[in-house]
Amino acid sequence: MRVTVRLFARLRDLAGTGEIERDVASPATVRTVWQGLVGEIPALQAYEQTMSVAVNADYAKMSAAVADGDEVAFMPPVSGG
Amino acid sequence: MDSGAGLRPGGRRAVPLVAVTPEPLNLQALTEEVSLAASADGAVTSFIGLVRDHNQGRRVSYLEYEAYEPLALRALHLIVDESAAVWPTARLAVHHRIGRLDIGEASIIIVAASPHRAEAFAACRYMIERVKQIVPIWKHEHFDGGDVWLEGATADPGDEAARDKARRIACA
Repeated sequence: MRVTVRLFARLRDLAGTGEIERDVASPATVRTVWQGLVGEIPALQAYEQTMSVAVNADYAKMSAAVADGDEVAFMPPVSGG
Repeated sequence: MDSGAGLRPGGRRAVPLVAVTPEPLNLQALTEEVSLAASADGAVTSFIGLVRDHNQGRRVSYLEYEAYEPLALRALHLIVDESAAVWPTARLAVHHRIGRLDIGEASIIIVAASPHRAEAFAACRYMIERVKQIVPIWKHEHFDGGDVWLEGATADPGDEAARDKARRIACA
């Protein structure tokens, strides 16, 4: 199945892009998608303990299931305001 | 000329209570929107966050704000709902700007109206604290000699300790 990965702020800079299409084996979780991504871009690993994740623009946990067509977002600590 | 949709009587355009926008923020318009037909209100408080010219010893040139917009909107709505649950008499609004902001420009405006001042002040303070905790927006700081992404809190809307902390600060 195919998912869209979204990366923001420094994660986007590290990856060189904010949006990546990826094929992942089903069944998959957010963690599966993340591990594949870190395999390609090891620098992202540093954010594993501090980032937040979302599925289809809703906060989620690393254990959340991911379905075909989902948008999975990885976000560094926030600094709005 | 626009049709009547989205216009208030008298031709004034309705302002959304929650927004993430690249446009300059307008506190007066938002205050009027919150205060509309509010004869029971005795207090309106507002907060304006500004881009300042220094940060952690660096001379800041400008900031670029990036957002995950649909989730940022969702998080702002959640903050309004949380605040309304704690201060049920308050009516609340928040606009966050994104994109490039120069020194002195407003990055966020918050308005709280209520019958008495205590709830309005508290809700306003609570909202800015929660924005800094859970809204997926990031500052990219450009300063003399470089640039850096600022990173604050790990966003977790279910983190009760963070929510309690914001509430304690608001009610201090």
